Amino acid sequence: MNDMRPMERKVDTKEIKFDCRNVQVYYGDTQAIKNVDVKLEDRTVTAFIGPSGCGKSTFLRCLNRMNDTIDICRVEGNLLLDGEDIYDRRVDPVQLRAKVGMVFQKPNPFPKSIYDNIAYGPRIHGLARNKADLDDIVEKSLRRGAIWDEVKDRLDSPGTGLSGGQQQRLCIARAVATEPEVLLMDEPCSALDPIATAQVEELIDELRENFSVVIVTHSMQQAARVSQKTAFFHLGSLVEFGETGAIFTNPKDPRTESYITGRIG
Amino acid sequence: MVMDKTEQHITRAYDRDLEAIQAHIMKMGGLVEAAILDAANALATRDEELAEKVRSSDRAVDELEAMIQSQAALTIAERQPMAFDLRTILAVMKIASNLERIGDYAKNMAKRTSVLVQMNPIEDGGSATRRMAKMVEVMLKDALDAFVQRDPELAEDVRQRDLEVDQMYNSLFRNYLTYMMEDPRNITACMHLHFIAKNIERMGDHVTAIAEQVIYLATGVVPDENRPKADRTSVETGEGV
Repeated sequence: MNDMRPMERKVDTKEIKFDCRNVQVYYGDTQAIKNVDVKLEDRTVTAFIGPSGCGKSTFLRCLNRMNDTIDICRVEGNLLLDGEDIYDRRVDPVQLRAKVGMVFQKPNPFPKSIYDNIAYGPRIHGLARNKADLDDIVEKSLRRGAIWDEVKDRLDSPGTGLSGGQQQRLCIARAVATEPEVLLMDEPCSALDPIATAQVEELIDELRENFSVVIVTHSMQQAARVSQKTAFFHLGSLVEFGETGAIFTNPKDPRTESYITGRIG
Repeated sequence: MVMDKTEQHITRAYDRDLEAIQAHIMKMGGLVEAAILDAANALATRDEELAEKVRSSDRAVDELEAMIQSQAALTIAERQPMAFDLRTILAVMKIASNLERIGDYAKNMAKRTSVLVQMNPIEDGGSATRRMAKMVEVMLKDALDAFVQRDPELAEDVRQRDLEVDQMYNSLFRNYLTYMMEDPRNITACMHLHFIAKNIERMGDHVTAIAEQVIYLATGVVPDENRPKADRTSVETGEGV
């Protein structure tokens, strides 16, 4: 029977990419994340859903230590990427972020050419030996970002001159240029029109063949469409985590039910 | 901890839409229940006028079904229902189809009744059929109550009761076979009576399907096929009757 599931729903692997144990996050005295235990699978799209302020973005930002930049933020517990603690003293956050890329809510291309937007990461990480190598990486990344055909004739124009949807796909292309293993997306479509949203969703589905994708979204339908696993956060706790299909048709926790059906929860 | 299903949506128009669709189901259910009883009474009392009424009232059932299906489609498009709401819409669409089929069977009973009143009555032809129809009507009423109350236990009870309907059908099947063997002049009437009994037996199956939808709606799990069945007429030869 399992073989009769639609292909794109299939979770191909049970390998754990991120093993998060007993994670607590504090902003000063306020606890933003409480006792979160979750295992994120490789080559799987995991959606984080929950009302504003529930901690889903905070938790997402722990996965590549983006919270390091906030002075009053303190992270406790273990976040193991392929078995290694990313908060270990010996881990260089810059190297970590090359492995765990991120796409933000608002498209934020560098004020540089389209080419340099993509080439920047590979250059500083020394991923290209020469100009030809770099050209290949730029083309490959832009193709993965599903934007190559639209920009191939104007790689020297500024990235900021693109439309919102194109800018977001450029940012995704930039994020995949360093060959990350995990891609974090914080509401990547909330500033996009339905067509650009569909293009990004199509892209997420393709990216899943090579990466783990973790996406924070306020659109329940988007979570249901693009993810294989869904995590529901509420008041800093992980309330429910499971197969996306089960969460949206028959959630186990009444708080999940209230939230996803649009009731006051 | 169970979510209070009466808890309201933030958009109250959504609640009104869902309530309206469910009210239509109840209205449709009421019409179909009446059609079952009227069809059985028309047969038992050889009342041609009542039979005609059953035939003409099926149109309202069909119209309600079409209305429910289009409202359900609209709700899916407008609200993208999730979880319990999604199961409600899915259940409502299937229940409407099942009710429509039951209505068709009642209409067919009434058609055959119009033919039967032109013939000599068969001994016990009407009253046993009426008992069987009454049983199915009560099952339908309970299944719809279970739907309103989201009561999986009552729905399961309805599901189990289909066994009795099957047994009554088996016994009627044997009776009609006996009458036909006794006197070939009974064959036409008995064939009609047999189809009527079979119609009621099929109604029971549709009521069972409604009960299963209620279980899915309330629990999120479709019940498995483990339910007693007793319609064995399809493998019987008639020998030894």
